[in-house]
Amino acid sequence: MEVAYIIETLIKIVVILLVFSALAGFGTYFERKILAFMQRRLGPMHVGPFGLLQIAADGIKLFTKEDIVPTNAVGPIFKIAPVITAATAFMAAAAIPFLPQFTIFGYTVHPIVADVNIGILYILGVMAVGFYGPLLGSLASSNKFALISAARAASVFISYEVVTGLSLLAPLMMVGSFSLIDFNNYQAGGIGDWIIWSQPVAFVLFWIAAFAETGRTPFHLVANDHEIIDGFGTEYSGMRWGLFFIGEYANMFFISFVIVLLFLGGFGDGSVLGALGFLLKMSFFFFFFLWTRAAWPDIRPDQLMWLCWKVLMPLAVINVVVTGFVMMF
Amino acid sequence: MMSLKEFENRNVSEGAYYKVDIPDYPETGWEKAKQVFSRAIKGELFVGLYIVMREMIKFDIHTVQYPKEKLPIGPRYRAVHEMQRLWESGTERCIGCGLCEKICISDCIRMDTKIDEQSRKQVTEYTINLGRCIFCGYCAEVCPELAIVHGGRYENTSEQRAHYIGYEDMLTPFDMAVKGQVAEYPGFGAITPHEDERVKSTPLAY
Repeated sequence: MEVAYIIETLIKIVVILLVFSALAGFGTYFERKILAFMQRRLGPMHVGPFGLLQIAADGIKLFTKEDIVPTNAVGPIFKIAPVITAATAFMAAAAIPFLPQFTIFGYTVHPIVADVNIGILYILGVMAVGFYGPLLGSLASSNKFALISAARAASVFISYEVVTGLSLLAPLMMVGSFSLIDFNNYQAGGIGDWIIWSQPVAFVLFWIAAFAETGRTPFHLVANDHEIIDGFGTEYSGMRWGLFFIGEYANMFFISFVIVLLFLGGFGDGSVLGALGFLLKMSFFFFFFLWTRAAWPDIRPDQLMWLCWKVLMPLAVINVVVTGFVMMF
Repeated sequence: MMSLKEFENRNVSEGAYYKVDIPDYPETGWEKAKQVFSRAIKGELFVGLYIVMREMIKFDIHTVQYPKEKLPIGPRYRAVHEMQRLWESGTERCIGCGLCEKICISDCIRMDTKIDEQSRKQVTEYTINLGRCIFCGYCAEVCPELAIVHGGRYENTSEQRAHYIGYEDMLTPFDMAVKGQVAEYPGFGAITPHEDERVKSTPLAY
């Protein structure tokens, strides 16, 4: 039993790593295609049919590029920073159920690496640690633009993390558990049971905070190309930069899963239809990340801090208080 | 291919430009708050989302996949020169007068001539250094015989500068001229269609 459990867990880890590394690659392809279509362009077209092999070309390019560590950079920290981003992104996946449990060859598989009872707390914590990647990388790379990026990373981090925690507090009070499986089971009764109907404010707040968490477009100020080159990525090249990228895209996928599990019913009753719906809902949130990138401008760091501290945080607090009163009476 | 009429319309900006109505920046806190609420509630963010989604669904792609597709160029575009022949006979039009060499402001035309057996001038050497040529079109304008003109071939590549550009590369192939496959040249170097209307009488009254 114990050996079987360890083997099963190892297989799950390998599968998740492989699938989401590949998905991160496909994510870049989808992003380029969808952005192109929204801007009346065609996107990658020349490598393979419809540019599908562009991912392979990018991979080969990233792997074979020279790995440069700048002269004045702090070597060990500079080298470990991208690993922090990529590793924490995948570590967060441990507590996310990617599908309902299913039976294959008479063996019941739970597609979650570890159903810990502090699931969502663990996910948010590990994702928050992921911000050390850009922060340390930019501080260590001895570059002015990277330094600005580090300052922004710190200011963004302290702003959105408050909103994430407070907005989740209200649904957590209702469900009474940190486990995403419990969240899913709470909403298993159908569309009417989804937490989004009872906690719309929390949903919107968490969604907004997710954009800051993944550093996507309205809040893409840590690595804003047109202001600070690539921020923390300015001095990075080759696969070190690629790891930052994989971490970012894996994070987008995982946070999409988390939003659906928390507010939109997850995989519901665990049927095949529910699993398909789960993946569809997740795809919509991933698509929305790309959609907003085509449609919306970036905001300034001070605007983000203003938004998080003066608008979203009071709203989240009011939401918690109202939820508390409703639950009490 | 763009027609000459569209090409001659130089007033492309007429009616196309308009001033955008930009309100003043908010100054007091109350004005800022009003701006925030109007932007949040009026749904300007969703207008942006709607527009990009509409464009994606309409799928009206404007990309020109260059080597496969090419944008039309103007009928009197000034690209690499061509040397014309006479119809039917296929004789070279160039009479070796040397006007193009003389007028060339970037000094890139080089020609050599001799008197042949029939006491006519014959071109023995004719090269244009396209690395120097600025495609001003003076050579084609000054040519009395419509021999040197500007063609529409704008893609050139070579390993050596010396390959730019021999007489033979520019000359219309002999068999094409004899077969009558070459139309009267309408491009740069030829007289423009409305030339009669534009002619002004020489001011003789001093």
